[in-house]
Amino acid sequence: MTGRFEIVAAGSAVTDSPAPATPKNVSHLGGLPNPSAAALAGRFPGAVERVVVIWGETVVFVKPAAVFEAMQWLRDDPAQQYDFLSDVTAVEYRDFEQPIEVVWHLRSLPYRRFLRVKAQLPKKGPLEIASVWPLWKSADWLERECYDMFGIRFTGHPDLRRILMWEQYREGYPLRKDFPLRGRFSRAEQLRQALAQNPETRYSMEELSVADAFEDLPADMRKRLGTGERTGE
Amino acid sequence: MSSNTRTIEVELSTTGLDAQGRPQRVPLVTGDGRDDVNVAPPLSIEPELSAEHMLINLGPQHPATHGVLRLVLELDGETVVRCVPHIGYLHCGFEKIGEYRQYNQIIPWTDREDYLNSIGNNVAFALGAERLWGIDITERCTVLRVIASELSRVISHLVWLGTTCIDIGAFTPFLWAFQERENVYNLLEAWVGARLTTSATRVGGMAADIPAGWMDGLRNFLRTFPSTIDEVDRMLTKNAIWVGRTVGLGIMTPDEAINWGLSGPMLRASGVAYDVRRDFPYLDYETYDFDVPVGTNGDVYDRYLVRLEELRQSVRILQQASARLRDGPVNVDDPRVILPPKSKATSEMESMIHHFKQVMEGPRPPIGESYVAVESPKGEKGYYMVSDGTSKPVRWRIRPPSFLNLAAIPKMVEGHLLSDVIAINASIDIVMGEIDR
Repeated sequence: MTGRFEIVAAGSAVTDSPAPATPKNVSHLGGLPNPSAAALAGRFPGAVERVVVIWGETVVFVKPAAVFEAMQWLRDDPAQQYDFLSDVTAVEYRDFEQPIEVVWHLRSLPYRRFLRVKAQLPKKGPLEIASVWPLWKSADWLERECYDMFGIRFTGHPDLRRILMWEQYREGYPLRKDFPLRGRFSRAEQLRQALAQNPETRYSMEELSVADAFEDLPADMRKRLGTGERTGE
Repeated sequence: MSSNTRTIEVELSTTGLDAQGRPQRVPLVTGDGRDDVNVAPPLSIEPELSAEHMLINLGPQHPATHGVLRLVLELDGETVVRCVPHIGYLHCGFEKIGEYRQYNQIIPWTDREDYLNSIGNNVAFALGAERLWGIDITERCTVLRVIASELSRVISHLVWLGTTCIDIGAFTPFLWAFQERENVYNLLEAWVGARLTTSATRVGGMAADIPAGWMDGLRNFLRTFPSTIDEVDRMLTKNAIWVGRTVGLGIMTPDEAINWGLSGPMLRASGVAYDVRRDFPYLDYETYDFDVPVGTNGDVYDRYLVRLEELRQSVRILQQASARLRDGPVNVDDPRVILPPKSKATSEMESMIHHFKQVMEGPRPPIGESYVAVESPKGEKGYYMVSDGTSKPVRWRIRPPSFLNLAAIPKMVEGHLLSDVIAINASIDIVMGEIDR
């Protein structure tokens, strides 16, 4: 049992400073960088590739292998305290040569700071990056959505499966640039597959493993559950 | 009662009179174990049956799931042991479609994701797009957008109030809330011609200035609306049934709430004073005088109190905004994004070419990206846009607050009764259009 909750006031570390005003007349590339970017580059000299300021927002490019360590430091260091993970998403450019970028939007509530961290994944290699789920539980669904839409695998995520599309979806990853707006399959095939779905009668392996009806499952499903399969069908 | 017990003075909704003619008060009795808000109900209420768990579907067509949300609940008797949410039934691929649309053409799509906050979404999207161009909007436009954002907050909170009352079993506040909502929709209709799908903003300004006499309508609404809030307050806040159905449910501690990425009233009810309007201000919100209400226990009841107080604060902001609205241009004087006036476009060759190119090719922002977050009624709503210099964004990302708030529901409903799942789900204030996009 916990006691009464204390009010955590945002911006509590800087209570003597006034609220930051809305930036106006910000230049395209000439804004002031967030001090956390330089601190991160000083702490992990090899990990930070470059720091860019666009419209007053600081972007830190981090090597994919060092993402987890950098994020952990940003969250735990008392001078940074990025305790709020706003968003995890990815960007694929129209230029095929450009790598896919995974983007994290971090907020430090005590210091009222905002930082965008990016990692570039070349398309030739495997689209894999460390999950930040152990640091922020909010990454759970955000990373699942990113996997669902871009096919980026977050290693260390406990339950990485499709979230917006159904689990048997076979057309690929919708937000990739090589995915046509109308979908990969023909309209007739899409309709056939959609009508063949009955999502309400489907449970993920995770759910089936807890069901009392385990004994009633088909033999192959019981076998797959027995081997530890948890996601998808 | 232990020391960490909260005492809520409860009135019966139908008060009797005592011998002195005063209304009779009843002490806080809200059921066994319920007056101690930090104690979750026992996990197993019928131990002899606990070996037999049942898996049931709540939704996706259940009216109390506020849309097409499907919760698979593992029940031990009536107690929820585990909850697995399934979403995506309303997925339309907004972000994909946005990559094939010009910036001003995306604004109608923002109406349709969080459809209770459509004009607020329009404002948020326009702010994000304007940052891509580095445009500072005019003074009058800023105030108009504040009015638009706060009106949509009023609408959204009123819908939340009404539907939550219905879910929990109170019918009358639903009618009061929806009656006031009609008044706000009438105002929006007089302004932009649409009630729900407003599409009110454009990059660099608004689709329309307010018509003559509109401010009188707004002031009239601001005069009458607080009495409705007070009425709901009197009806619910000390109502024994309401308190009994909401106190101690779905508790999130401050650390958990931050770690799970909750935002908006969900986060503030847990005691974290984070409001984008105050901590990362936009639209000159730092110059307005308003309070950020904060709860203490992070349960359903605190979320109700926070939202009710936010309605009052919205009225305060609207009063200040209506006082500081001055005449002046609404749209910025920037030919990169703003169309020439129609009279010029039909009489001057250059303006006609300009008009043609703006409409057919669309405005082109410089290469860059922006993430603009606003405080939507549900929480931190962000639009992340990446431009490669063409008239259509490379990536348009919606950061949906309901999505992250809903992601915490398995944690919140664990150990509660099935009927409490309805109350907890209602307290999240989800809009599936925004979650599935």
